[in-house]
Amino acid sequence: MSLPVQLLWLIPALPLLAAGLGALTPRSGRKLASGAAILAMAGSFLLSCGALMTALADPAAHLVHNFAWLDLGEGVLRLGWLLDPLTAFMCVMVTFVGLLIFIFSTGYLHEDPNFTRFFCFLSLFAAAMLGLLVANSLLLLFICWELVGLASYLLIGFWFHKPSAAAAAKKAFITTRIGDLGLLLGMLWLYDSTGSLLFYDGGQGVLEATALGGLVAQTTIGGLAVSTAIGLLIFCGAIGKSGQFPLHVWLPDAMEGPTPVSALIHAATMVAAGVFLIARVYPLMAVDQGLATTPLHALTVVATIGAITALMGAMIAVAQDDIKRVLAFSTVSQLGYMMLALGVGSWVAAIFHLLTHAFFKALLFLGSGSVIHAAHHEQDIRRLGGLRGPMRITFVTFALGMMALSGVPFLFSGFWSKEAILHAAQGWNVSHLPLYAGLAAVVLTAFYMTRLVAETFFGSARSDEARHAHENSPVMTVPLVILAVCAILLGFIGTPAFPWLQSRLMGQTEVHGHSLFEGGGLMVLSIVLVAIGIGSGWALYGRRPRTTTSALDPIEKISPGLFGALRARFGFDELYAATVGRLNTATAALADGLDRYVWDGAVRFLAALGEFAGFVNKEADEDVLNGGFDATNDKIRGTARLYSAAQTGGAHGYMRTVAIGFVLLVLIVMLGGGL
Amino acid sequence: MNALPCTVYVSLVGALLALIAGGRSATAARWIALITATVGWLITLGAAADFVPGPGLQTLVNVAWIPELGVRYHLAADGISLTLLVLTGLAATAGILFSWNIEERVGEFFALFLTLIAGVYGVFLSADIFVFFVFYEIAIVPKYFLIASWGSTNREYGAMKLVLYSFAGSALVLAGVLWAYAANGGQSFALSDLAAAGANFTAGQQIGMFALIFLGFAVLAGMFPFHTWAPTGHVAAPTAASMLLAGVVMKLGAYGCLRVAMPLFPAGLEFWQPTIAWLAIIGIIYAGFVALVQEDFKFVIGYSSVSHMGFVLLGLAAANTQAVSGAVLQMFSHGVIAGLLFAVVGRMVYDRTHTRKFSDLRGIPLHRLLPFAALTFVLGGLASMGMPGFSGFPAELTILIGTWKTSPVWATFAAGGILVAAAFTLRAIQVSFFGTTDHSGPAATAGAHGHEHDYAPITWPERTGAMLLIAATIYIGLKPDVLLEWIVPALQSPLFQTILKGGAS
Amino acid sequence: MILTPLHLCLILSSALFCIGLIGALTRSNAILVLLGIELMLNAANINFIAFWRYGPNPEAGTGVLFVVFAIGVAAAEAAVGLALVIAIYRHQRSIRLQDARLLKG
Repeated sequence: MSLPVQLLWLIPALPLLAAGLGALTPRSGRKLASGAAILAMAGSFLLSCGALMTALADPAAHLVHNFAWLDLGEGVLRLGWLLDPLTAFMCVMVTFVGLLIFIFSTGYLHEDPNFTRFFCFLSLFAAAMLGLLVANSLLLLFICWELVGLASYLLIGFWFHKPSAAAAAKKAFITTRIGDLGLLLGMLWLYDSTGSLLFYDGGQGVLEATALGGLVAQTTIGGLAVSTAIGLLIFCGAIGKSGQFPLHVWLPDAMEGPTPVSALIHAATMVAAGVFLIARVYPLMAVDQGLATTPLHALTVVATIGAITALMGAMIAVAQDDIKRVLAFSTVSQLGYMMLALGVGSWVAAIFHLLTHAFFKALLFLGSGSVIHAAHHEQDIRRLGGLRGPMRITFVTFALGMMALSGVPFLFSGFWSKEAILHAAQGWNVSHLPLYAGLAAVVLTAFYMTRLVAETFFGSARSDEARHAHENSPVMTVPLVILAVCAILLGFIGTPAFPWLQSRLMGQTEVHGHSLFEGGGLMVLSIVLVAIGIGSGWALYGRRPRTTTSALDPIEKISPGLFGALRARFGFDELYAATVGRLNTATAALADGLDRYVWDGAVRFLAALGEFAGFVNKEADEDVLNGGFDATNDKIRGTARLYSAAQTGGAHGYMRTVAIGFVLLVLIVMLGGGL
Repeated sequence: MNALPCTVYVSLVGALLALIAGGRSATAARWIALITATVGWLITLGAAADFVPGPGLQTLVNVAWIPELGVRYHLAADGISLTLLVLTGLAATAGILFSWNIEERVGEFFALFLTLIAGVYGVFLSADIFVFFVFYEIAIVPKYFLIASWGSTNREYGAMKLVLYSFAGSALVLAGVLWAYAANGGQSFALSDLAAAGANFTAGQQIGMFALIFLGFAVLAGMFPFHTWAPTGHVAAPTAASMLLAGVVMKLGAYGCLRVAMPLFPAGLEFWQPTIAWLAIIGIIYAGFVALVQEDFKFVIGYSSVSHMGFVLLGLAAANTQAVSGAVLQMFSHGVIAGLLFAVVGRMVYDRTHTRKFSDLRGIPLHRLLPFAALTFVLGGLASMGMPGFSGFPAELTILIGTWKTSPVWATFAAGGILVAAAFTLRAIQVSFFGTTDHSGPAATAGAHGHEHDYAPITWPERTGAMLLIAATIYIGLKPDVLLEWIVPALQSPLFQTILKGGAS
Repeated sequence: MILTPLHLCLILSSALFCIGLIGALTRSNAILVLLGIELMLNAANINFIAFWRYGPNPEAGTGVLFVVFAIGVAAAEAAVGLALVIAIYRHQRSIRLQDARLLKG
C-alpha cells in the first residue's frame, strides 16, 4: 500500500473536507462534526503511512508533482507536492498525534456549546499543517503557513468571551506575522533571483545545485551572500512560528486556548513548522558554509538563536505557576534545542527531536488537560497537589512524559534525541557555547519538570477543586496511554547504535550504527546532569511538599530577585509593550492626528479661505455694486409713483381729460390756422 | 464581446425606467434596478466568455461624434477593461441587493445609482479621451446626490468634500488632456493618436502633462495625501454608494492613471515614478495606522480602502508586467472585498443597531445576534488582510513580486503594510462582533439600545449579495489565473510595453 | 353766412356730439355713459357721410364704407362695454361709475 506523489494532495484534502463539513453542520450535529473530523484524520494517517512506504522505497529521491498556478507574463508561479522521507515522517507524526488529540478533544470539550465549530477549526488546522508538509513550493508552503496561523488564531481565541483569550489570539497572530513578513520578503527575493519557488524541479528547483550556486555567488548589502540573506529572512518566519527568541512572547499566552489546542498546535505540530521549514530549506541555509568571505553564516545565526532560546525558555519555566505555562516555556526551550541542532548542522537530529518531542509534549499537554478538566479548570499548580491518588492513569502517563522530556536515560525517547543534538553541538567547529547552553538547559529541564510533577501530583490537595478531582473517561485516558507508549518506544528508531531514522532522512538505505560508547563521555555527563536536575528538584519540592497555596516557593526563599525576574519572564512582555506597543500606538495616534488636523485641516483651511473670499465678495456686492443700482432704482420708483397717482381709476376723470384734450386740439387747429 | 457597449445603454434605460416606476411602486423600481444591473453584469460575463485575450484594445464602436474637434465616439475593450467591467457588474448587482431596504424616493435612488453605473461602464470602455472624460463626469455627479440625499453622518459635508475633490481632480485631468491635445495640433482625442504623438513631446512637456493627469486621477484613487475625501465620503454615503465608491469609483482613478497617464507620457512616468511609489507606500502604512485607532467602524473600512489602493498605485508605479497585472488584480479584489465590508458595516450592522461606534458595539454580542453578518465580516476581514485563499493574497503577492523587481526597498516597506492591515482588521473583528457575551457586565448596559435581541433577521437580498461577493473573492483567490489570463496579454500591447521595463530583459 | 346742406349736417353732428359728450361726462350710470358714447360715435358717422356726399368725389363710396366699419366697431364696443358693466354689477352690485375705481394706480 503505497501512495504515489500525484495523490499526495489527498492527505491535506481529507481534513479540509471535514472542515468544510464542520462549517456547514449546525450546532446540534456534534457527532457528525467530530466523527467526520476523526475519520478524515484517520484516513489521512493511513494515506501518510502509504506515503511513508513510497518514500522509504527510495529514500534519496525527492518525488515531485508540479503544476502552474499563476501565469505572470514573464515567469510562472508554480506549486507542487513533494514526497521525501522528511515529508513522510512528518505527515505520519502529525496525523497520528492529531488523531489522538481529536479523540481526546471529544471528551475534553463535550460540554462546550461550540463543539462543532471547534472540530471545524481543528480540521482546518490539520489540513493547513499537512499542506505545509507536502508543499514542494515555498509559495504553497507560505500559503499553508498563513492558514496555519489563521487556524491557530481561531483556536487560541476559541473562548473569545475571555478578554485574555481574545488578546492572546491577536498577539499570537500579529507576532507570528512579524516573522512571516521576513519569510515573505525572503520568498520575493528568492523568486527574483532564481525565477522559481519550487524546492525540487528536476534540477531547476531552488534547493538544487544550479540555483544554489547562483545564489551563493552573488553578494548583497554588507558583503552577505544572497543565499545567506534569503536564508536569514526565511529564518525570521521560523523565529515567529516556532516561538524563538525574541518573538517567543506569543507562545505562552497562546495557552489561553483549550488544552487540546495547546497540545496539537503549540506543542506538537504548528510550532514545529518553523523547524520543519529550516530543515526543508536546509540546503539553502547551509550553502554558504564553505564561503570564507561572508561575514556571517546563516546557520550560525540559527544556532545562536536556538541556544539562547533553549536556555532562556528553560530558565523561565522554572518559575511559572500555571501548569500550562510551564509546559509552554518548556516547548519554547525544546524548540530552541531543535534550532540549535539545525544551526550546528545536524538537521536530522533536529527532526528526530521534533518527532519524539511531538509525542511526549502532546502527552504532557493532554495530561495537563486531563488534570485541568478533572480539577474544574484549575491550572495553578500551587492550588493543585495530591492528584496521584485519584488520577492514577493520568499521573503515570504524565510522569512518563516528564521523564521523556527530562531525558531520563536509555528507556525514553527524549534521551536519545537530546543526545543526538548534544553530540552534534559538540562536533560543531565554530563554537562550543551552544553545547554549554544545551547542557545547562538539560539540568533546568529535569529540574522544572520534577517541580511540576511534584507540585501537581504529590503532597496534599490544596484546594476544593483538587480534592474533588477524579479520573477522566477512557476517551481521554486512552490517547494518553498510547502517547506514553510512543514516548518510550519512539526513541529506538534513532539510537546511535541503530540510527534508522537518521539514515532514512539522509537518503541512505543502509544503517550505519556505531557503538554507544563512542563519545560516551558526553552521554555520561548529560546523564549526571539529568540526575542533578531531578535530584535537586525532588529535594526542593518532593521531599517537603507545599502545604498551603500561599507558601513561598523554595527558590523564592533562596533568591527572591532571581525568582521574580524569572516569574516575570525577564520582562519581555513589558519591554515590548513599553517599546513596540507604545511606538505603535503613538504612530497610529500621530497618523490619525495628521489626518484629522493637518491633511483635513489643510482642506478645511482652503475651504475657509474660499468662504472668506466669498464673504468679501458678498460685502462688496451689497455695498458698492448693489448700492448704486438700488439708488437708481429708488429714483425710478419715485417717479413712477407720481405718475401712477394720476391713474385715479375713475372713468369720468379719464373721459374728462379726453374731452379737454379734444377741445384743446380743436382750439389749436382752429386758432393755429388749421389745415 | 460586441454587446459590451450595451452595458451603458441598458443602465441608462434602466435608470429611466426605475425613475418612472419609482413614482408608483417602490418594489417595481427595486426589481427594475436589480434586473438592469444583473443584465449589465451578464453582458460583461457573456463578453468574458467569448473574449479572446490579445494585446491592444479591441474596438467595439467607432463613429465620428464632433468632427470639428476630432472627437470620435470610440469604445473599445481589452483584458484590463474587461476585468473592471465584470467587477462593475458584480458591484452594481450586489449594491442594489444591499439597498433593498431604501424606502425614501426609491425610484430616484436607483435612477441615480444606475446612472453612476452607466458612467463607470462608459469610462472603462472609452478609447477616446474626450469620451472618457464625459463618462467620468457622468459618474461623478450622481455620487453627490446619492450621498447628500440618502447618506448618514455629516452627509452634506462628506458629499461636498468628495465632489469638490473629484472635480478638482478632473479639472487637472482636463487641463493636462487639453495641453496634450493642443500640443499635438488639436486633431484627435484618440488614445492611440495621442500616444503616437507623445513621442514628439519634449521631456519637459511630458513631465508636466503626466503630473497633471496622473495627479488628477490619483486624487480619485485615494493617493496620499489627497485621500481625505475617501474616509469621510465613505462614511457619509449610504451603503450601496460606499460599496460603489470604494469598489468601483476609486478604480476609475487608478484606471485613468493606467490607461491615460502612463502610456501617453513614458518620460513623465520615469520622472515621477519614485515620488508616486513613495506616496503609495506612505499611503499604505499611514492609512493602516490611522485605521488602527478609529472609533467609528466605517472609518476603519474607509481607511483600509486607502491602504489597499496604495498597493494598486505602488503596482502601477513599479511599472513592470507583474506589478501592473497585480495592480489590476488588486483593483478587482479590493472592489469585491471593500464592497463586502461596507455591506456588512453599513447594511447589516448599522441599519439594525444604529450605531457604528466601537464603544457601543463592544457591548452588543453581535456574533450571536447576527451570526451571518459576523461570518461575512470575518471572511471579508481575512480577505482584506491578504489571507491565502482569498483574492487579496494573489493580488498583493503579484504586486510585491513585481515591485521587488523594480526596487526591493519599496517591496519591503509595502510588505510592512500587510502587517498593519492584519492588526487593524483583527481589532475591528474582535471589537465589533466578538466584544462580549456577558450581559450582566457594564458594557452590556452601556449599549445604545435596550432591545438587543430583536434585530431583524438578515434578509434574502443581503444573503444573496454577500454570497456573491464572497464567492467572487474566494474564486479569484484560488484561481487568479482567470483574470490574469485577460490582464497579462493586454499588457503586451506596444502601448504598454514602452513603459513596462520589466519586459524581456 | 350761407348755410349749405353740409353746414347743416355739421351743425347737427356737432350738436349730437356735444349732447353725447355731456351725457357721458355727467351721468353716473354706466349704461347711460355708454349711450352717450354711442351718440358721439354717431355724430362722427354723420360727419363721414356728409363729407362724402358733399365732397369732391361722391362716386367712390368711401364714406359708406367708413360708416359701416364704424357701426361694426361701435356694436362690438357696446357689447364689450355692456359685458363689463354686467361683470362689474355682479361684482359690486352697482353700476355707478364712481364706485368702479379698481384701476386706480
